[in-house]
Amino acid sequence: MRRYSVFAIAREAMRYHEGWERAWPAPTPKPRYDVIVVGAGGHGLATAYYLGKNFGITNVAVIEKGWLGGGNTGRNTTIIRSNYLQDPSSAIYEKARSLYEGLSRDLNYNVMFSPRGLLMLAQTEHEVRGYKRTVNANDLQGIETRWIGPQEVKDLVPMINLHGPRYPVLGALLQERGGTARHDAVAWGYARGCAAMGMHILQNCEVTAIRSENGQVSEVETTRGTIGCKKLAIVVAGHSSVMAEKAGFRLPVESMALQALVSEPIKPMIDVVVMANTVHGYLSQSDKGELVIGGGTDGFVNYSQRGSWQHVEETIRALIETFPPISRLRMLRQWGGIVDMTGDRSPILSKTPVGNIFINCGWGTGGFKAIPGSGWAMAELVANGEPGPLAADFGLERFREGRFIDESVAAGVAH
Amino acid sequence: MTRRITRLDRGGRLIDRARDITFCFDGRRIPAHPGDTLASALLGAGHVLQGRSFKYHRPRGPVAAGAEEPNALVTLGGRARMEPDLRTTTTEAFDGAEARSQNRWPGLGLDLLAINDRLSAFMPAGFYYKTFMAGRSWEKLFEPIIRRSAGLGPAPTEADPDSYEQAYAFADVIIVGGGVAGLAAALEHGRAGARVWVLEQTPHWGGRAVVDAEADGATIDGLAPEAWVKAALAELEALPNVTLRTRMLAAGLHDHAHLIALESVADTTPGADLPRQRLWRMRAGKVIVAAGALERPLSFPGNDRPGVMLASAVRDYIVNWAVSPGKRIVILTNNDDAYRTALVALDAGIAIPAILDLRKTPNGPLVQAVRDRGVRILPGHSIAKVLGSKQVKGIALCRHESRGEAWLERIPCDAVAMSGGWSPTVHLWSHCGGKLAWDTEAAFFAPDPDKPPLGADGKAMAQCVGAAAGALRLDACLASAMSAAPQVETPAEEPIQPVWVTPAEAGPHLRAKMWLDFQNDVKVSDIQLAAREGYQSVEHAKRYTTLGMATDQGKLSNINGLAILSQALDQPIPATGTTTFRPPYTPIGFGAIAGEARGEIFQPLRRTAMDAWHEDQGAHWEPVGQWRRPYCYPGKAEPHSAAIEREVLAVRNSVGMLDASTLGKIIVKGPDAGRFLDMIYTNMMSTLAVGKCRYGLMCSENGFLMDDGVVARLSEDTWLCHTTTGGAEAIHAHMEDWLQCEWWDWKVWTANVTEAYAQVAVAGPNARKVLEALGGVDVSREALPHMSWTAGPLGGFDARIYRISFSGELGFEIAVPTSQGMALWSRLLEAGKAFDIRPYGTEALHVLRAEKGFIMIGDETDGTVIPQDLGLNWALSKKKADFLGKRAHQRSFMASPDRWKLVGLESLDGSVIPECAIAPAPGENANRQRNTQGRITSSYYSPTLKRGIAMGLVHNGPDRMGEEIIFNADGKEVTARIVSPVFYDPKGEKLDV
Ligand SMILES: Cc1cc2nc3c(=O)[nH]c(=O)nc-3n(C[C@H](O)[C@H](O)[C@H](O)COP(=O)(O)OP(=O)(O)OC[C@H]3O[C@@H](n4cnc5c(N)ncnc54)[C@H](O)[C@@H]3O)c2cc1C
Repeated sequence: MRRYSVFAIAREAMRYHEGWERAWPAPTPKPRYDVIVVGAGGHGLATAYYLGKNFGITNVAVIEKGWLGGGNTGRNTTIIRSNYLQDPSSAIYEKARSLYEGLSRDLNYNVMFSPRGLLMLAQTEHEVRGYKRTVNANDLQGIETRWIGPQEVKDLVPMINLHGPRYPVLGALLQERGGTARHDAVAWGYARGCAAMGMHILQNCEVTAIRSENGQVSEVETTRGTIGCKKLAIVVAGHSSVMAEKAGFRLPVESMALQALVSEPIKPMIDVVVMANTVHGYLSQSDKGELVIGGGTDGFVNYSQRGSWQHVEETIRALIETFPPISRLRMLRQWGGIVDMTGDRSPILSKTPVGNIFINCGWGTGGFKAIPGSGWAMAELVANGEPGPLAADFGLERFREGRFIDESVAAGVAH
Repeated sequence: MTRRITRLDRGGRLIDRARDITFCFDGRRIPAHPGDTLASALLGAGHVLQGRSFKYHRPRGPVAAGAEEPNALVTLGGRARMEPDLRTTTTEAFDGAEARSQNRWPGLGLDLLAINDRLSAFMPAGFYYKTFMAGRSWEKLFEPIIRRSAGLGPAPTEADPDSYEQAYAFADVIIVGGGVAGLAAALEHGRAGARVWVLEQTPHWGGRAVVDAEADGATIDGLAPEAWVKAALAELEALPNVTLRTRMLAAGLHDHAHLIALESVADTTPGADLPRQRLWRMRAGKVIVAAGALERPLSFPGNDRPGVMLASAVRDYIVNWAVSPGKRIVILTNNDDAYRTALVALDAGIAIPAILDLRKTPNGPLVQAVRDRGVRILPGHSIAKVLGSKQVKGIALCRHESRGEAWLERIPCDAVAMSGGWSPTVHLWSHCGGKLAWDTEAAFFAPDPDKPPLGADGKAMAQCVGAAAGALRLDACLASAMSAAPQVETPAEEPIQPVWVTPAEAGPHLRAKMWLDFQNDVKVSDIQLAAREGYQSVEHAKRYTTLGMATDQGKLSNINGLAILSQALDQPIPATGTTTFRPPYTPIGFGAIAGEARGEIFQPLRRTAMDAWHEDQGAHWEPVGQWRRPYCYPGKAEPHSAAIEREVLAVRNSVGMLDASTLGKIIVKGPDAGRFLDMIYTNMMSTLAVGKCRYGLMCSENGFLMDDGVVARLSEDTWLCHTTTGGAEAIHAHMEDWLQCEWWDWKVWTANVTEAYAQVAVAGPNARKVLEALGGVDVSREALPHMSWTAGPLGGFDARIYRISFSGELGFEIAVPTSQGMALWSRLLEAGKAFDIRPYGTEALHVLRAEKGFIMIGDETDGTVIPQDLGLNWALSKKKADFLGKRAHQRSFMASPDRWKLVGLESLDGSVIPECAIAPAPGENANRQRNTQGRITSSYYSPTLKRGIAMGLVHNGPDRMGEEIIFNADGKEVTARIVSPVFYDPKGEKLDV
């Protein structure tokens, strides 16, 4: 892999950029790999990357039915934070966040991690208590967050309306090193990193069947032929239950549409990420200048990658209430992704009833921020066959045992 | 800047030449006529330069005349009415309008940020992914710089003073587009009696055909299209079942033929007492997309210079607005249609120095007609360079089949009209899943009639007609829209020759000067770079280069871009495919999307019957759910803490009253109601005697405590369930969910009657005396024991009296119809005077219940707590075979005795332990987080005990009575002793009196 740098750009500028090599090749599938990862979203690619980097396992294929990064990884609103309440969540999200800090250099691909600061507004007494509790919990978990009063909120977000009339802003939970990153770049950077280790990324290759022998996975059927494997990692987000069914087990997961939208680009209007969970809306501004906006999931099970208009209206209303000057901006584009929701809204990183099949899913509305940490923990699980401490609490058995990891406690919407 | 007045002496079918208006552009006064757009008036006043591109800040003029315009964006209005990023081509000029150019510094003519253009060799597509990675340089240095130079218009800073309206409409057929195809379809369906709506985004009917006929003399049923349109409108207007709307944009087509449309109402009269825009949510039996087609630019060096325009736009400006972008226009085309531009230009007295036709032997009737007028037609020729920077000054001629390095000639001109062919406007068709098919002959993607978007019935919910269906020629266009199509005379045309890059063999140097996405500065070379680097999926190429992601959403660039990507990958265009078409068709305002639901009515505040009284008393309000409730009633200058103390002590020592109207009240009725409630609640409700009350718990399927409240059995088959204030709607929905989805055959009806009753809690040792003073109902201990209810004319009110208590004192809750709530409240105040009765608020309520060790949903529970954790095992029926949550409670972790459980906590020094404090335990877990052993769930100062009291969940807490543990909060430590959660009257002697 030729390294990217400002010098490389200067060199290429001299020859009209005709000398750049491919970021990742388009190989023909081998008959067999040590590990197959199904799903070239951020989580699948990161899993493969850390399998190679941390465990030296490089005979790996990442199989993708469409184009890599085209699932939720390429559709999300890129919020990154680790201010979670429950210990297992904050551990894995903070691992991810801290990996994001150095990810551009690690991958030699600028993923534009922008720790611009993230605020979760408290607009009821109940939320105030929830976030104060989170601050106290984060303190013991080693995560830097703090509670700030309304004036400090106003200083950080001058356009905010503190006074309601409906839900005045009573303060906020601030994570100063929370923020955003460029979603596509995360997928592309990991893909390039995987390819550089000799892994195969097989796009336009849908897994249509999973076969096992004596309770151990043996091969997958794909639209590009049958491919054998010793281990299989299923990392397909919204289609997890579909894949699990192919492997012969069931998942406590429902798939629903989550929508997002952007405004037309304008000059800098807001420098931080703000989530307003009482009214159900959140907002940040991309480097291009678009306001990036999201809200809650549609309330029905759905695979269509479109959402209901009603949700768009509700989200916009909530945000105009909170940020009145955005009223005269316009919606440029709206879209949806299919998110995989578990009963406790926490992810699953787990062994499965089939030997050597591992699953990573359930990140739902909030897994972009987790990509590096999730890949790290999943690689450990796949390589060792047993979860390490980061994944230990996220096993499927927790649903049977009632050992839920519920984050809705502190936040109505969990992005 | 050159200022030439280019308004033509005659013509201009859309402008009212008799009237003059003026608006401002960058401080200059621009003369205009009603009917002008900002773009037409600016061109008319000689301002071709109207914007700057996004990335390189290149000078730009309008390239189009409609919604597809990528370049000419301005900020309109000032202060609170400022609106950035408006296309001059679709913004109607009005008297006094103030427009400003944007994305330039210090000015449009001299923009210092155009330095980026000089550096463009170092800034190809995606350059930012390859650099700025050192240390924290991205976040500290480069991102701030990029953010400041990116963005287009300025960010508004004030609240929007205008109002917006929302409306609904239902129709059999909604026709999108008021060109001849749309009007023909309207005639077809209108005459058949269907309820028809026709939506046209511009202020005018007729679309392309009326303009084109000026050039080619086409006729419909012997009439000029303009006259035919007039007649069609007259007929349609007379049909009562047809609604015609201009200035109404169909923005998005959603599932089940749900069409979102935006109507401009008062955009040109700011400050008028009207909603500015109206957002329509429409349901159609069928949507007919008659949205026409969009002309494609050609990719040649310098195609973004101000003065280079789509050939159709040049024609529109001349015919519709009597302005011309130039006096000498060179035309570059690969099809016959552009010759129409030559014809109208010649008619208007504009010179056409040459037509460069990329085809080898163009010879159709339109070509012939132009040739006959002596115009120089150069087949197989192209443009090697556009001369001039802020305005076209000429072109360098070359052969199309060449590298573009040999200039054959310089042709002076001040505008270039280009035509790369047309693409049907398939956006709405595609929004909801309609598929496209590549038409090789015509070189465009057209809707595939066999793969339409489907409605709820599995049948097509949309259809395309006219140019939107790929029927570009007028005869085919009308034939596609109407069964008995009118007679059409229109000249024949020779086929287009698809050309995606010209000159064909241009080297990298020239390809880096061919713009695809004008606004985002994406060039042919960028797409080729993306392909070279492996970004080969059309979505990758789009995202890597930002092609099609500008405010025009790729209307001009997408097809050209994917054709070039296909060439680079050496695959046919259909193999590349298109990116997904996302709503809206053109951007629509957030204000309109929000509609009326702003400010006070964003989420309407719910008020009880006594709300005004509380306000009068200076209540401090707390939002609870959608209600507001008095938190406390502070006297003048009285701190809240003092008011709360006073209120608590009034209840403990004499009597207090609380407005409890907001508590949820759900009637559950029917032969199976008892059975149903036994499933919903953890306790047994079916055995509750009529006239009795029982405190009940509800768990989710996963066993977690979700709500609590007192249930009263009103009659043999009727129960009234009280819920928490915030929980009423959710619990009602929860009940209905189970009834409708699981137990649909049970005979149970539910009704949320929360708002039908006003309810007052009267609590304290003297509570009974107050009720007795009202008289009319026997409320003695014998007649109305604790946990029972009765109905009667209490003080003449039609009242239901529950003997229940959330404070630990003797308590009653009196429910009357909401209309009588205030009267009851006054009478109780009056009757209570003798006992110094005091109203108390939610905070006193919380303190009172905490003193008594009663749990509060939302404080002691958070969705992870089961009744067993709270010592509420007594409320879990052991007799019932099943209830929601029962099975979950048997899961190993829940059945485990080793859990965090409810206890009371007292700080050693009597201080109030900070709310939300957490108790660490020794050591760290495997993820290096501190271990924990408990947390505070409620913490108050108790006026009764004169010290801090708290409740909390502590690991095996009830087994650790008397133990001291340390809590952390806000970086401080507090030592607390584990005690019983019941701090007051542990034997319950006060209750049952
Ligand atoms: C609108 C929206 C906003 C969001 N906002 C945020 C946010 O602000 N912050 C945040 O942290 N998270 C956010 N999320 C969530 C986040 O996007 C996801 O949790 C995360 O991207 C999931 O990544 P993934 O790799 O698991 O899944 P994906 O990126 O969806 O990847 C799964 C891949 O599997 C492929 N696949 C599926 N079936 C098969 C098959 N049979 N064969 C081969 N391949 C298959 C799919 O094509 C897909 O590419 C948001 C999500 C959405 C939809």
